[in-house]
Amino acid sequence: MKPFTYERAASPAEAAEAAARRPDSKFIAGGTNLLDLMKLQIEAPAHLIDVNALALDRIEATSDGGLRVGALVRNTDLAADQRVRRDYAVLSRALLAGASGQLRNRATTAGNLLQRTRCPYFSDTNMACNKRRPGSGCSAIDGINRQHAVVGASAACIATHPSDMAVAMRVLDASVQTVNPKGVTRTIPIAELHRLPGDTPNVETVLEAGELITAVTLPKPTGGSQHYRKVRDRASYAFALVSVAAIVQPDGSGRVALGGVAPKPWRLDAADAEMPKGAKAVAGTLFAEARPTEHNAFKLPLAERALASVLAEARG
Amino acid sequence: MASPPQQEIGRRTVIAAAATTAAIGTVPARAQEPGPGAGINAAPLLNVSFTVNGKPRDLELDPRTTLLDALREALHLTGTKKGCDHGQCGACTVLLDGHRINSCLTLAVMHPGTAITTVEGLGSPDHLHPMQAAFVKHDGYQCGYCTPGQICSAVAMLDEIEAGIPSHVTADLDARPQLTSAELRERMSGNICRCGAYSNIVDAITEVAGSKA
Repeated sequence: MKPFTYERAASPAEAAEAAARRPDSKFIAGGTNLLDLMKLQIEAPAHLIDVNALALDRIEATSDGGLRVGALVRNTDLAADQRVRRDYAVLSRALLAGASGQLRNRATTAGNLLQRTRCPYFSDTNMACNKRRPGSGCSAIDGINRQHAVVGASAACIATHPSDMAVAMRVLDASVQTVNPKGVTRTIPIAELHRLPGDTPNVETVLEAGELITAVTLPKPTGGSQHYRKVRDRASYAFALVSVAAIVQPDGSGRVALGGVAPKPWRLDAADAEMPKGAKAVAGTLFAEARPTEHNAFKLPLAERALASVLAEARG
Repeated sequence: MASPPQQEIGRRTVIAAAATTAAIGTVPARAQEPGPGAGINAAPLLNVSFTVNGKPRDLELDPRTTLLDALREALHLTGTKKGCDHGQCGACTVLLDGHRINSCLTLAVMHPGTAITTVEGLGSPDHLHPMQAAFVKHDGYQCGYCTPGQICSAVAMLDEIEAGIPSHVTADLDARPQLTSAELRERMSGNICRCGAYSNIVDAITEVAGSKA
């Protein structure tokens, strides 16, 4: 790792103030992704602001019947929360499908959203990567890209977002609360948090420099039958090839978001509207703009079949 | 016939190359991940105090020091192993306030006031922890490198089941998770055994789980 200085913030305001003072800094919470990347020198902050003491580790009911999940709630604790298991089962299921027991015990809600791609060309500093080194090119586009995005990508980057949790958050229409270095707070719909790569794949979210996620809010439960189906190369502890987060209502209407296929959780209103017609119609809409490669074209039928399986299960 | 300047350049190149080789030979193996106090252009050392296996410890560390390196290099508790150093293999698993974590993916300075338990703190050669004894009895290893991580992980994993934490294979999220082989295997997937001793590891954990139930 490159040398860095370290401080522990005691409040969100203190963390924001530290971030304003040190533009070369990064926040660290669970550290399970940041330290991994710092060892590879893909991330090299000169200063770390430890936010673990910020008391953002509670899950609280909101006045409109939803849940406010503190940014520091660990993945294990969020998945195990009785209210989440009962009312937001898709979120529990997605969390439990990700990483390992050890990692879930450290990884936080906000950190999970902000984790970086697992594209092997991003991780290998000998390779060109527009996300890691803007302008250097993309080794994945003509490389071994079986795991890469089939939709929403660009000529500059075809990496996927690796999170399972974020896919469930997207289907639940969660919103993200932040505070910036000036102390100004804002709420960002989860749909708008992650950017599509376009010409600037290095800019992954709409967060400004030093802006800190303080909580993720889940709206009032929607009911319905909730599912998270993850298809991967081994039974456990692997990133998704495709995943399906779905909420299906008794009348056949519902919502669906896909993971493993795009640079962000992939959900379209027009596809949700096709839910009563079945998996083929939904997948057709979700993938209308798909541009798969030779190696990852299998993801289109795989996602459709995973969705068909979920819909069959939902019908009982 | 080669001209003198070319010979001179050639000799310099050779000398420079030899000097580089010598320098590489003398740089400590951990130059990129310095132990306490090591490193060029390192940030100021920081103090951190926590207990390890019940013993209070005060350390002065380069901020870069992972918990794993602090345990092994500063405290000489070498039971905890460095496998991949990237959170993929689980060999570095320790308990942080009773919860299992990958000690390679966290900084030691992030844990003031915590209680850390390593495999050395679970039992001793004369008084093995039941999980250690069960791994011996069931031959839950071959080379043994992943074993300390497996044992720490297994101990905390049974506590997670007891606390009612569900897993990916738990059929009913509202019901108490069961002590099935499928549950144990899923919950232990963060600990890789390259020797493939998995079936004996499951036998060892199952025996301890059964005696707890």
